[in-house]
Parts: sequence; structure tokens; C-alpha cells
Amino acid sequence: MDKQICDVLIIGGGVVGCSIARELSKYHCNIILVEKEEDVCSGTSKANSGIVHAGYDAKPGSLKAEFNVKGNARMEELSKELDFEFKRNASMVLCFDLVDLPALEALLERGRANGVSDLSILSGDEVRRLEPNVTDEVIAALYAPTGGIVCPFGLTIAMAENACDNGVKFYFNTEVLAIEKTNDGYIAETNCGTYVTKYIVNAAGVYADKIHNMVSEVKLNIIPRRGEYLLLEKEAGKHVSSTVFQLPGKYGKGVLVTPTVHGNLLIGPTAMDQTDKDLTITTAEGYDEICVKAEKSVKDIPFRQVITSFSGLRSHESGNDFVLGEPKDAEGFFDAAGIESPGLTCAPALGKYLAEMVAKKGRFEENTDFNPRRKGITRVADLSMEEKRKLIQERPEYGTIVCRCENISEGEIVDAITRTLGARSLDGIKRRVRQGMGRCQAGFCTPRTVNILARETGIPLERICKNGTGSELLKEEGYEYDLS
Amino acid sequence: MIYHDLVIIGGGPAGLSAAVAAKESGLDDILIIERDYVLGGILNQCIHNGFGLHTFKEELTGPEYASRYIAMVKQLEIPYQLNSTVLDINKEKEITVVSSENGLETIKAKAIILAMGCRERPRGALNIPGLRPAGIYTAGTAQRLVNIEGHMVGKEVVILGSGDIGLIMARRMTLEGAKVKVVAELMPYSGGLKRNIVQCLNDFDIPLKLSHTVINIDGKKRVTGITLAEVGPDRKPIPGTEEYYSCDTLLLSCGLIPENELTKQIGASMNPVTSGPMVNDRLETDVEGIFACGNVLHVHDLVDYVSEEAALAGKNAAEYIVNEKAMTDEKETNVIKLKAENGVCYTVPQSIETSTMADKLTVRFRVADVFENRSICVYYDGKRISKKKKRVLAPGEMEQVVLLKTSLEEYPDLKEIVIRTEEES
Repeated sequence: MDKQICDVLIIGGGVVGCSIARELSKYHCNIILVEKEEDVCSGTSKANSGIVHAGYDAKPGSLKAEFNVKGNARMEELSKELDFEFKRNASMVLCFDLVDLPALEALLERGRANGVSDLSILSGDEVRRLEPNVTDEVIAALYAPTGGIVCPFGLTIAMAENACDNGVKFYFNTEVLAIEKTNDGYIAETNCGTYVTKYIVNAAGVYADKIHNMVSEVKLNIIPRRGEYLLLEKEAGKHVSSTVFQLPGKYGKGVLVTPTVHGNLLIGPTAMDQTDKDLTITTAEGYDEICVKAEKSVKDIPFRQVITSFSGLRSHESGNDFVLGEPKDAEGFFDAAGIESPGLTCAPALGKYLAEMVAKKGRFEENTDFNPRRKGITRVADLSMEEKRKLIQERPEYGTIVCRCENISEGEIVDAITRTLGARSLDGIKRRVRQGMGRCQAGFCTPRTVNILARETGIPLERICKNGTGSELLKEEGYEYDLS
Repeated sequence: MIYHDLVIIGGGPAGLSAAVAAKESGLDDILIIERDYVLGGILNQCIHNGFGLHTFKEELTGPEYASRYIAMVKQLEIPYQLNSTVLDINKEKEITVVSSENGLETIKAKAIILAMGCRERPRGALNIPGLRPAGIYTAGTAQRLVNIEGHMVGKEVVILGSGDIGLIMARRMTLEGAKVKVVAELMPYSGGLKRNIVQCLNDFDIPLKLSHTVINIDGKKRVTGITLAEVGPDRKPIPGTEEYYSCDTLLLSCGLIPENELTKQIGASMNPVTSGPMVNDRLETDVEGIFACGNVLHVHDLVDYVSEEAALAGKNAAEYIVNEKAMTDEKETNVIKLKAENGVCYTVPQSIETSTMADKLTVRFRVADVFENRSICVYYDGKRISKKKKRVLAPGEMEQVVLLKTSLEEYPDLKEIVIRTEEES
């Protein structure tokens, strides 16, 4: 592949890039999305809290505030259109000290100014009636019934698949190395050839400053801000039912305790600035910090049931707000940069906003053939007995359980591999169907999943990867006897 | 709804032995449910020798040991169903099972034997800091990939944890041409059998570093190295003792966890120490007619003991079904609690019902630490009944005491039996 020509080149296949891709596919234009990793949802979008924020956090008037409330409002409808998991489980911000009450009141006012509905302040006892495991230290909380939780993989992958079904071309393992301005657009050089485009959308996450700075003299600076998390077994998933935040106080910024849409318990994140843009390490200090802070909010957390810890990188821009649209000196280049929390919540609204901006610029006509619907992967475990019986009768592969912890069938894994933008790695399968996400963390199913992936894709076994080239699971040569 | 007298969940060593014993006790309507495509369970991947010294008085490999029981099952014409996963069991002993071949089925049993085995503690549960690249395997997963699937998982290997599978895999990887650089163990003693340390590490000059742990994993895509550090008595890393090992693979052998998700679904009481269900002397859980044996009950060191224990569960389950009426009538029984104390971690069983007790009962347990010159003592309501001297006791090796029915009958009002270690003066 030497040269590709398109109207819009989207750089980055995270939740923001995929949202823009989907929204732009509502117009008649030729769209290509390039992603440097082997799959969509491989950077910041894959490792975050999965929270649909209510919208009381951001400063009124900021882009974050505007898109948060809009994004939150859109999420429910979108989850039905695109068949991904979303739940409005409510959130609360806990206050531990009388001196912090004015700050809690201020948060309430800020939320109201941002247009968040149904906010109220609860007393400590009211909080504990709703969440019996909240500690006695809590004296009050801001309660936001519109807060929710979402599967970040589900959301991103659903938008990507739908965009692809509506004509967007996706190229993976493709990293933009340089961008050159031409008379009527841009030329992007990648490790896999040249892309000639009229417009560029920069949704490169923690690398968005690098991409932006290739075309603009108004420099951006994105600091990867690492956040570590602990994920607990489903047995612990009902420890709280809403998302429990902490009001920032004299002990610093707190951590959240939340159920996930899949029923696990998630605790975190920490916040540590770093320079490396893909060093997603977890640390002993981070672990300790999470435990100590979480126990301030919620008592008796069964830390013995931690099944994994992970970390993600927030793309924090020095200006502290989203950077959206064309820089003064780079017409036709659209930034979607500095998208940190509440970026996941904002993504649907951000995508619409930027797509409209690009479409207006390019005078693209509406695509009346656009199909807004996407059907997710059928989950055997979620079906009724009768539905299960019927499905397995018709498709016996749904009767073979491969991942015993999450009860994922071979049929689901095959679907994850063979559908639009299908998985090409173990992590790709995991993000689509949760194979290996349970308590044994893929101990039992790895050998079987590797075989299914090789069988369905024709990739030789020794090249089956965890997450892209370099992460091969098996070594080529088996036997090496020295017979001398 | 399908009906069976006895359904055994799991076709590994425990399930097979239980099935054989149940059949030999006169029960005919038995079904073994196995999720893999062959019977034998984890023994199939244990291609090393050392199995069967107690059961068959000869040294067998894992697959050989399994094949003897599979042959018995086939000879006794005990039905089994492969590639089948149990999704749910309820108190009414209704089992929901799924397979490609038979679809979704509900089976109602008169008695159930739980023999699901155990799983390995994964990296996530160990909270090892660092990156999360490819090349981190639990020892058992690596064992399956190497021995069953025929794939090599790495070339330069570090092993964390000196459980038996880790020790076996240190030798196995070496024989397959890999360089095993070190085996690190958090505790000041190994969790594995002494014979495995000698035969798998010493014989191959693989160093064992006790009181060491992995404090960092390097490598963005595939493991490129790990950092070891010595730990103090609090098991926290000691600054300044860090040592870097370049490697492409980290194997974990850091403990086994009984797979009791189904047991919990049924609502059986669990023992927090064994992570298995509480059982009486018949190996029956506190849900009547549901028995447990093998590694689902507590993690064993030798398969021979699994077979012995499972045979007891099989025999008792058969008797339960055959004499169902008689047993329920005979509820006036003295229940004696078994208590572990002073260096003894737990006992299996946890209670004895004298009316149904066999003439001889083997109580198994593990000790909490490495002890020298101690004795294992048995107390009946505070009175010492027996004392057995032991030069060395180690957590890696299972211990046992045998209780005789005749001895218990001498104490008709007995409420509690305590098993404890005591220092020899």
C-alpha cells in the first residue's frame, strides 16, 4: 500500500476517534481512520473508570462542562442504538469533614449551573441508607442520580463497528510519522505508506500534542497522567451500587469505588504525571494508596478478591480543558486533544460536534443511507433458558464454554473474531467478550482461545499475540537439544 | 428434566475415584460430567512421574495414573459426558449443564459429588507491580501449553513461587531447552514437596531464592526482565536488595484456589482457611446429599490421597442414596467439632457424626509453618489422647491423624476434638 486518498483522515482509534468516525459517516465523504495499535480502544480508552459522569465537576462555561452534560444525556439512547452496556447507577461525592461542607455546596451549585438535573445533598445517614457499606466518617454527600457506568470497550468498539459498517476504512498498526501541508489539504506519512487527505482529525490521545505540533506553531503539551486501578471479583461487585467519589479535601484528590457494568468492583485511580506516553505500570505505592483512600469511603472492601490491577494514562493538556477544532495556523486540521476525564462521557457529543464542524468545512452532504444500528455480540450467559436452548440447538458452538469464569462460549469468541473489525489478538477478544476477565485471568482458557484465534484467522500459532506484534504468546522453536 | 441417582461434577482424579467407589458400593445410576474433551483432569498434563506410590505401589506418570482410573470407569460402564460445563446447581440438586452436543440440559440428582478441582492464583491476585506484557503464565497454564498443546512458552524463564507445579515446570522447561534462571519464593520455606526441590531444582542447578519476590515486571509487549528483591519477616521488599533478571517469561506458582463457585451457588457453608466447603466425616457438605472431595475440598499434595478421599465420598454418596430413608430417620446423632490449633491450619473434615462414622477416619490437615521437633497431639474435650513425634513438619506436605470409632465411643458426650502441634521439650 503506497498511497491512499481520502477526504478525512482521523488519527486515533480511541473512543473519541471512533465517535468522530461514526458521526462523520452520516455524511457523504471518504473517511479513513488510522490507529498505531492493532485494534481500536487500545490506549486511554481501554483503561479508565468507565464512568458516565453527571457533569457537576467541570467549571461552568468550559468545554468539559458543556460536553459532559450533553454526552451524559446521549448515552442511554446511544447504548440502545449500538447495543453496548450502560447503566444509570447514580453517583455520590462523599464529604468527610464539616469544614468541607461549603465545598460540597459549591459542587452542587456548579452542577446546577452546568445543567445537571436532580442533584441533591444527602446527610451521612441518608447516604448509608442507600449505601450501607459507606463508612461512618461520611457526614454528607452530593447525590447525582444521572451518574452512570458504561463498558468503555463496548462503547468504543460499538462506535467503530458502526462507523466501519457505514463505510469508514480502518487501518491498524499504522503510525503517523509526519504531516505536510499542501495547497488543498495534508499529506500524512506513516510507517505503512502515505495518506493524502483534505482534512485531518487529531484524536491521538496522549500523542495528540505530537500530531498537533507537526502542523501548528501554537504548541500543545500533553502530560500522560497515570492512574492505577484495582479490579475485584464479581462476588465483591455488590459492595456498593452507586459510584462513590470523594470530595477533594486536605488528604488530596480521592479515589472512587464503583461497580462496573459487568458486576465487578473497581477502585482507583491514582494520579501520577510522567513523560513516557505508554508506560502503563502499576506500582506497590499506587496499590497502597488506593487501599488506604478507598477504605476512607467504603468499609470492609474484600481486597483478597482483587483479580487484577492495571493502569491507564490520562491525556492531560496544560490548559486544563479540551482542545477542539482548527488551530489558527492549520486550516483543515481539527484537534480533539486533551480529552481527559470526563472524556469518555463526552465522547458521543464531542464526536457529533467535531463531525459537524468538519462536514461544514468540507460541505459534505448528508448520507441518507446511514444506518445508526449495530448489533452486539450475543452473550449466552445473559439469555433466558429458553433462548439459550434455542440458540445452542441452532448454533452448537454456543454450547461449548471456553472461559469458565465468565461462561463465555466458543460461539461468542468466534463472533468477536469474525465480525466487523474483528479481534486479532487475545486482548482484542477479551475486550469484546470478556474471555479471560474473570477470577482465573485466562489461566484455563488461554490455550483454547489461542487455538480458536489461529483457526479462525489463519494466523500461525506462533504469531498469535496478546496485543500486537512483539507480544507473541508462544516461542517458535520448541525443542533444542544439544546432541554433541 | 433428566434424572440420575448420583451426578459427579468433574472427571479428574477425584471424580473418577468417587465414581468407581460409588459403583463398587452398589450404585448403578451414575453420571460424570467433565468439561474437557477427555477424562483425567489435570493429571493429563502432569507427564512427570511420582504418582501412585500409595495407591498402586508403583511409580506412575500422571496420564498413566489417570488411565488406570479411566479404565476402571470404562470397565464398570460408568456413564460420563465430556465437553460439558455445569452452569448452575441448586439446593434441590438440579444441575444445569451445557454442551454443544446435548445443548442445555437440567439433571435432577439424588446426590451430587463436587469434584471440580482448583485453579491457580493469577498475577493480578498477587499484585505484582510493573507492566502487563505477554509472557506471564501460571505454571499450570504453561504446563498445559508445553505438555498437551506442544508449544514452547519461553526461552529464558524466572519462576515465582515454589509450589509443586512451579518446581516441576522448572525442570520441564529446562528439559525443553529453556534457561530457568531462578526460582523465587516469598516465604522462608518452599511450598512444594521436598523431593521436588531435590529432583527438579538441585539436580539441574537451578537456584532457589527463599524470602524473595518479584517487585517489577519489565517489557511493554513481551516480558524483557523482572526485578527480584529479598523480603523481610513482614514479607515486604528490603530496599537495596533488588536484582534484575533479563528473561522473556515469568511463571507463577503461587498457590491454588479450590474452584467453589458452584458450591457457593448451592449455598453450602465454606471454610475460609481451605476455601473449600465445610464437610462432616462422610465428606458431606451442610447441604444434605451434596458431597465434596479432592482439590475442591482442600488442596492436596499427592493425588493418591485425592483418590483415597474421593473413594470415601463415592462410597458415602452411594450409601446415602441406597439408605436415604434410614439415614434421615437416624438423625439423633452426636456431632463432634474438629478444631485446628497451634500451628495446625485446618482439618478436613470439620465435624464427625458418631452414628454414621466409619470404623476408621482419616483427618487431614496442613501446618502453618516449618516446624522442627514437634509432635502432633489429639485432644478429646481437653484431654490428650495421642501424641506423635515429628522431626520436621512443613506446610507443603499434608499431614494426617487417624481416629478410631472405638476410641470415640469411649467418650459418648464428646463435643470437641482438637488437633494441635506441640513443641518437644
